[in-house]
Amino acid sequence: MPAVSKGDGMRGLAVFISDIRNCKSKEAEIKRINKELANIRSKFKGDKALDGYSKKKYVCKLLFIFLLGHDIDFGHMEAVNLLSSNKYTEKQIGYLFISVLVNSNSELIRLINNAIKNDLSSRNPTFMCLALHCIANVGSREMAEAFASEIPRILVAGDTMDSVKQSAALCLLRLYKTSPDLVLMGEWTSRVVHLLNDQHMGVVTAAISLITCLSQKNPDEFKTCVSLAVSRLSRIVSSASTDLQDYTYYFVPAPWLSCKLLRLLQCYPPPEDGAVKGRLVECLETILNKAQEPPKSKKVQHSNAKNAILFEAISLIIHYDSEPNLLVRACNQLGQFLQHRETNLRYLALESMCTLASSEFSHEAVKTHIETVINALKTERDVSVRQRAADLLYAMCDRSNAKQIVAEMLSYLETADYSIREEMVLKVAILAEKYAVDYSWYVDTILNLIRIAGDYVSEEVWYRVIQIVINRDDVQGYAAKTVFEALQAPACHENMVKVGGYILGEFGNLIAGDPRSRYVPFCLMFTLLFFFSLVPCLLTCSQKLRPQSRRCCAAIARSATQMLNCSSELRVKEFHLQRFWSPFSQATVLEEMPPFPERESSILAKLKKKKGPGAVSVTELEDSKRESGELNGAGERGPDPSVMAASNASTPSPSADLLGIRSAVPVSAPASSGSLLVDVFSEAGPTASSGAVNDDGFLRFVCKNNGVLFENQLLQIGIKSEYRQNLGRMYLFYGNKTSVQFASFTTTVILDNCLQLNVQSKPVEPLVEGGAQIQQVLNIECLTDFSDAPLLNIKFRYGGALQNLTLKLPVTINKFFQPTEMASQDFFQRWKQLSQPQQEAQKIFKANHSMDTEVIKAKLLGLGMALLDNVDPNPENYVCAGVIQTKSQQVGCLLRLEPNAQAQMYRLTLRCSKDSVSKRLCELLAQQF
Amino acid sequence: MMQFMLLFSRQGKLRLQKWYVPLSDKEKKKITRELVQTVLARKPKMCSFLEWRDLKIVYKRYASLYFCCAIEDQDNELITLEIIHRYVELLDKYFGSVCELDIIFNFEKAYFILDEFLLGGEAQETSKKNVLKAIEQADLLQEVRPALTGKAVIIIII
Repeated sequence: MPAVSKGDGMRGLAVFISDIRNCKSKEAEIKRINKELANIRSKFKGDKALDGYSKKKYVCKLLFIFLLGHDIDFGHMEAVNLLSSNKYTEKQIGYLFISVLVNSNSELIRLINNAIKNDLSSRNPTFMCLALHCIANVGSREMAEAFASEIPRILVAGDTMDSVKQSAALCLLRLYKTSPDLVLMGEWTSRVVHLLNDQHMGVVTAAISLITCLSQKNPDEFKTCVSLAVSRLSRIVSSASTDLQDYTYYFVPAPWLSCKLLRLLQCYPPPEDGAVKGRLVECLETILNKAQEPPKSKKVQHSNAKNAILFEAISLIIHYDSEPNLLVRACNQLGQFLQHRETNLRYLALESMCTLASSEFSHEAVKTHIETVINALKTERDVSVRQRAADLLYAMCDRSNAKQIVAEMLSYLETADYSIREEMVLKVAILAEKYAVDYSWYVDTILNLIRIAGDYVSEEVWYRVIQIVINRDDVQGYAAKTVFEALQAPACHENMVKVGGYILGEFGNLIAGDPRSRYVPFCLMFTLLFFFSLVPCLLTCSQKLRPQSRRCCAAIARSATQMLNCSSELRVKEFHLQRFWSPFSQATVLEEMPPFPERESSILAKLKKKKGPGAVSVTELEDSKRESGELNGAGERGPDPSVMAASNASTPSPSADLLGIRSAVPVSAPASSGSLLVDVFSEAGPTASSGAVNDDGFLRFVCKNNGVLFENQLLQIGIKSEYRQNLGRMYLFYGNKTSVQFASFTTTVILDNCLQLNVQSKPVEPLVEGGAQIQQVLNIECLTDFSDAPLLNIKFRYGGALQNLTLKLPVTINKFFQPTEMASQDFFQRWKQLSQPQQEAQKIFKANHSMDTEVIKAKLLGLGMALLDNVDPNPENYVCAGVIQTKSQQVGCLLRLEPNAQAQMYRLTLRCSKDSVSKRLCELLAQQF
Repeated sequence: MMQFMLLFSRQGKLRLQKWYVPLSDKEKKKITRELVQTVLARKPKMCSFLEWRDLKIVYKRYASLYFCCAIEDQDNELITLEIIHRYVELLDKYFGSVCELDIIFNFEKAYFILDEFLLGGEAQETSKKNVLKAIEQADLLQEVRPALTGKAVIIIII
């Protein structure tokens, strides 16, 4: 059947396509296309009426251009004109154009619907089919409104041609799926069911898809279809391979229809009628028997079609879950496929066995294949097949084989593909917990997990092990001993140190008899050096072990500082050490953790989430993160004792919650009034919640420390920061909002304009998975006062494109304020002392925000100074005092803010011991009120 | 139900796209880009199925062309593989040893044949004879026009 005689040969179109193919560059192609578009536009606009052929040719060219990926904004009207042509090919092209380029232009829709209506009533089957195809392809609400009542009539009318019935059935299916409310059940529904008996196989094949969909939604109304489907299936299954003529596909009778029949039966429970059920079981047995017969052809199409039916039959057997004999046979059949040379079959067998494993009848039978599955996990070359094998091992795991399966999964983890490691880790953790007979095995397993794949052990996993150890006193001694041993290794993963530090902190006393435990602080100290937030952890455990090692520990910290001479970071650590020396925090820190309430494991929830639909939006992700934090209990009382110590003093701010940060971040706020008030502010301040995206992100952080700094369609950057004296720590949270991985993710802090700051950070992981959030910590030291802010440059690849972004980091001089309380007369005395003209900066400006007293107070507190009451003789005015701490000097600052409500103006005056500071503070603050 | 079918070349050029679910043009382009990349990166002996978002992808390569379908979770992978094969057979029979160029130059025909075979993402008519008969009948209604020149490459071996 040579194409050349068939083609209606639109010569102009062929020439145009050739031209496009000959274009050497994208630019040349666009040029050629623009030329063509201009030509077509002029032809369509010209005064000379176009004949049908030309119109068809141009519409077809437009379609081609659209399919190349270019936008088309005209030609719709000409296409609609073609619909009413009585030349078939013109009509056909018109319909194709409409199907591909639907436009919700209502004027046009009415014309299209009119043309469709005419064709549907033309009684010309070819035209009717074209119209039905168009409705099925577009499937819009407007079309459903116009034709939902008409199509059922065509479908069941006695004189409708078979081909039209087929199109009508699937057309109705599409409308039912998009607008079920418009397709009304009626007299036609019972007649549709009887299409299962139609003698035309094509009609049955098309109609059954519609019946299946309708049965799912209205099972009672359609339940007569079960016996009809069984008898149809029985006839096909028992037919000789040649009986069905052209519906036989590579010696397999009607494979598509068989699969669809088996699918339909899965909408219902096993038939109640004994005869029907007997017949069905017979069919299923025949299908299983056929799988054992030698193939009638060596072609892969033959075995694919045959096995497609077999897998669908097995799905039905699993769905019924009531015929032990069939279930075991199905399982044996799949067992054979596990070793088949076709990768596709091995993949499907593993997938199908996963569901069989959950049936009580076949669970044992599935288990007999454990060695084969383990082998598949080790040797399959395709990662998607290995993934299926891992899934199956997980599904077949029970108390009897848990140790073997967990061991195999652990050893596989050492070489597993990065893409599936996190899921594997979760699965191992779940199995270990679920089937743990003795908890020492559980502890060993999780520690192994951290050792092998520490990077992939999420917080949920290691929080959970701590939760379990705390709740089970029979394992605490063993856990302390084991983590202690594990920490002796020359290099430990960060997560190991965290778990170790936490467990020793709680239960170190249980192994205090061990002479080596004296050295724990030493081993830990060096591992912890770079995990700054863990120093408090270290302290607790040293204190639990031996009271006297406290002193020794501080000494190590100090000598390490001098030895390594890495100035700021360590000094920050030392500061933390000192903080924990205070008698107040000691008491809190040394208290034992109360047991966790037993609830559903949060790691299970995490796995469920991972298995769910791939595209998880960022908000969902964060919701579930927050949820799991609550579920877990460990979230709030994270294993970092500093959280415990600080939890009385600080409340997580709402903006932090939005980011899903939880208390994984140690909130180190000592009980000083200054930081307490900062936190109160961030809850009360209305500006804090107005977190809408705008480009002055920087200025929004002058009076607050937490929130979203930047957000676009790809990336969200959240900030949480804390300052003390001349030191600060900023947590940056980079959230990937897409479902695609960011590659080569790098961040750089640029200090060119801001040499007065010392900023240190560790590089971030170069890959950010879709939906994931990564964290970076910046340790900031203020050497002397400064005006310009550091910049943060972010580069990454999204898809192929390089994204480059530079933001101003909201580090401002006021962050290093220490509030100073003073009485009225002191204030004015100092005010007078700072009377040199350059020491004062003043600005009069219009109010940009509400002049509400509480709002203003909150902002001033957020600024970091002390807000002084009863100082200014005018109670409307605000006065504040504070000292800016830098490494080289301290700068005293006084502030006065005089609002004029009537004029909606402010006068702001600053007097500082250093004139550059007055100036800078005045600039920053003038934009805040 | 099949959600969409894509035909693309080894160079990643999209030759035919058929969408059975309403999606925006932007989303379509994104999906296409992502899938073409994923499928082209796979090695020849790998299995023809993969999980992608919450769908299953079934693909097969015929000479220089990849045929790639997205189906739903409960759909049958093997029968979808044979849907692809039957479509290839239909094209082959209609064009006479079909090649990529036939599909480029007669893209509208490729769409018409597909519409006769699959409608709304479901098999409408699986008999090769019946599908071709419908197309032939339609061709008979056409006016005769000068033929295209001979074909350049024959790519499909069945």
